[in-house]
Amino acid sequence: MQGEIMSWPNRFQHLAKTSQDPRIQAFYQQGVVDPYQQLSQCEFVALDFETTGLDPNIDDIVSVGVVPFDLRRIRLAQAKHWLVKPTSPLAEESVVLHRITHSQVESAPDLQDILEEVFASLHGKVIVVHYQFVEKSFFNSALKARLGEGIEFPVIDTMEIEKSAINNARSWLDKLKRKPIPSVRLADCRKRYGLPYYQPHHALSDALATAELFQAQAQYYLGPSDMVKRWWS
Amino acid sequence: MEVEHQEIANFLVAYPPFSDLPQEALYKLASQVEVGYYRAGSGILEYGEQITYLYVIRSGAVELYRRSGELYNRISTGGIFGQRGLLMNRKVRFGAQSLEDTLVYCIPVGIFDEYCDVYEAFADYFEADDNARLKITVSEQADSNDLTTAKVRKLLLRDVVYVERNATVQQAAQVMAKEHVSSLLIYDPEKPVVEDPDEDDGQVVGLISDRDLRTKVVAEGLNYQTPVSEIMSTDLIIVDSNAYVFEAMMLMLRDNVHHLPVVHKRKPIGVVALSDILRYESQSSLLFVRGLMDQQSVEDLSSYAKQLPAIFTRMVNEDANSHMIGSAMSIIGKTFKHKLLELAEAKLGPPPIPYCFIALGSMARDEQLIVTDQDNALILDDSYQPAEHGTYFEKLAKFVCDGLANCGYKYCDGGIMASNPTWRLTYSQWLAQFEDWIENPRPEALLNSSIFFDLEGVWGETKWAEKLTAFISKKAKNTPKFLAAMAHNALRRTPPLGFFNGFVLEQDGEHRRSMNIKRRGTAPLSDLVRVHALGVGSKKQNSFERLEDIDEANILPKGKVLDLQAALEYIAIMRIRHQAWQIEQGEKPDNSLPPETLSDFEQRNLKEAFGVLDKAQSFLKFRYQNKSMMK
Repeated sequence: MQGEIMSWPNRFQHLAKTSQDPRIQAFYQQGVVDPYQQLSQCEFVALDFETTGLDPNIDDIVSVGVVPFDLRRIRLAQAKHWLVKPTSPLAEESVVLHRITHSQVESAPDLQDILEEVFASLHGKVIVVHYQFVEKSFFNSALKARLGEGIEFPVIDTMEIEKSAINNARSWLDKLKRKPIPSVRLADCRKRYGLPYYQPHHALSDALATAELFQAQAQYYLGPSDMVKRWWS
Repeated sequence: MEVEHQEIANFLVAYPPFSDLPQEALYKLASQVEVGYYRAGSGILEYGEQITYLYVIRSGAVELYRRSGELYNRISTGGIFGQRGLLMNRKVRFGAQSLEDTLVYCIPVGIFDEYCDVYEAFADYFEADDNARLKITVSEQADSNDLTTAKVRKLLLRDVVYVERNATVQQAAQVMAKEHVSSLLIYDPEKPVVEDPDEDDGQVVGLISDRDLRTKVVAEGLNYQTPVSEIMSTDLIIVDSNAYVFEAMMLMLRDNVHHLPVVHKRKPIGVVALSDILRYESQSSLLFVRGLMDQQSVEDLSSYAKQLPAIFTRMVNEDANSHMIGSAMSIIGKTFKHKLLELAEAKLGPPPIPYCFIALGSMARDEQLIVTDQDNALILDDSYQPAEHGTYFEKLAKFVCDGLANCGYKYCDGGIMASNPTWRLTYSQWLAQFEDWIENPRPEALLNSSIFFDLEGVWGETKWAEKLTAFISKKAKNTPKFLAAMAHNALRRTPPLGFFNGFVLEQDGEHRRSMNIKRRGTAPLSDLVRVHALGVGSKKQNSFERLEDIDEANILPKGKVLDLQAALEYIAIMRIRHQAWQIEQGEKPDNSLPPETLSDFEQRNLKEAFGVLDKAQSFLKFRYQNKSMMK
């Protein structure tokens, strides 16, 4: 990406003008959440992708999970989950991981066909992910491969929140002694807040797990009156 | 589109009533759930607010409170709350607060109602649950009419009726006839309670009953103008209004009296008659005491004593609280002594001089359990002549201590027994002894002798024991150095909590990896309570009653007395249940509790109770030790 985005509303305005694909254009035209809005007033959506592998240049998305929530409640009735047919073949290892099988994706639609639905579920909401690299780069590459142009969007990353919380809690002595930093994997982060273990690698339950983690982090590390832009990237 | 929320469905299916739902219903439910996270200590529901969800705890723990703020229940993973409010006009019935970081699944009221309509098992669960709750409420009401939980003052249906000591027997009989009472308290207007708070006799000086009028007046042809003071019984056994009904009954059975004056802060508030109590169902422990008094020899007593463990476990299974069990066991213990002394006197002849046999330690505090040493001593009349009377009391003490050992009360390791000549002192010697302990407190010396600071007369001149208690409470209160030394002792034993709030276990040969719940729990707690009680001049012996006095004196930070009561009750009842369980398993009961036998929940509560003790010890140190160091 091209360095830190100074203003997401401006960036979106710019991208709305320069994008070619009507669906992507529409996405940018919806605008972003006001960066000065307080977290307690926000609607969030936890977003998670399962992929065929780890390299966004080779691998592709196989499922998408979205779970809408606010700081008080996660609303599963409005959660959504899509299986999509990847452009690259399903590797055996990834089947083992997310247990999505070849025959399931055979009959699944292409990402293009559900794009509008996905955009609709993100509309007006602050996107929350765990480890933004996956969602940002895979979404970008997948669209580039299909529509000839990528996508950019701001997210709150629960992994970043966790890293900064850990960093604040670490004493100078810990740092001096190079005491290993605790794991920031989703399941390990959740454990620190007394959250239950969920079977990982299902886009829907990972999104739910991320939403729960964010609620917990919000109670420990974020102020409900913090502005969105403080945690955005 | 409904998506499958596998994680949630998988969780719910493990808990009733969700386990009984058809799969598609379960999935539908899971897809409608809302999720909320509550950091430890945050409020979830407030009494009276609108409720629109059924709550299921996914992880963590939640405490539910009654409207009064009293704790109603603690629930953890899989626990459900909010149903009472949903079933009854959609207002929260029990406030809820997270005890730990807690994740809850909230089921919207719409689907709750729908499932109650459609799925019978689902509805049954909540209705059955509703009935169970109702049963609890009913049994709570029944309990308050029950011997084991009712306090004596509940039996007092009318104001106390009494006449002054100069009244004639005829006047007394007229009052009794007019008031329809079978007994009358006699008071001495010259002896008001308030002016003489330390002398304790108060204004009640005697009691007359129908029987006295019959046997002492009518049968003897006594003049009706005789002052009532000439025929009244003066050796009164008085109960405090806080005593449990069954305690009063045990006292009456043991001492064969039919009327028991009830006092509140030494002021008479009424009389309970045996007939008042006999309306109630008799309990096994009561019958046991009565049966005990019928035994005719040490052999009989010791074989009769074999029932004791069964009595104990039965009380535990009947959900008696620790105070009731402690009192029952203590009264039974005292009755053994009482009976053995009767037998001893029958064998050795009447005592040459008056004496008082005293119980010490837990028995005096009414906190005795099944595993216990005998701690006792003798107070002799000041006219005691060793050469003349020594042999009699030596034999008497030996008879009683051996007899107790035969009945299962182990000899005291520290030799604190009447059979030890060191602990057969005259009243004046005891007074001097206590004075010396208080004025020259050496922590090491007080280490063992602190057991003497809980004492109760069991037989003979029991007034002496009360006088000694009064002396101690008066003197101790004004001797900061002594309180500091007692505080020092009370701090010797710390609760078994380590870093990170884990249990610290003891590695002794027989009981590997367990905690001694008496040494590390109930004992340091009662030590601590004793120091505060002495500090505020309380004359109570029982820890719970001491805590009431401490509360009244307002010396502890707000809420601490309640915490201490709860902690004491919890630790004591865990100890009691452990022993009852061992008895039922055919094991020898002990005080070594292996934590792995406890549920997560019990462990958590126990840790919390130990935490209260820990904090209270810090406060004790601060309050008594700092002060004396500044002097």
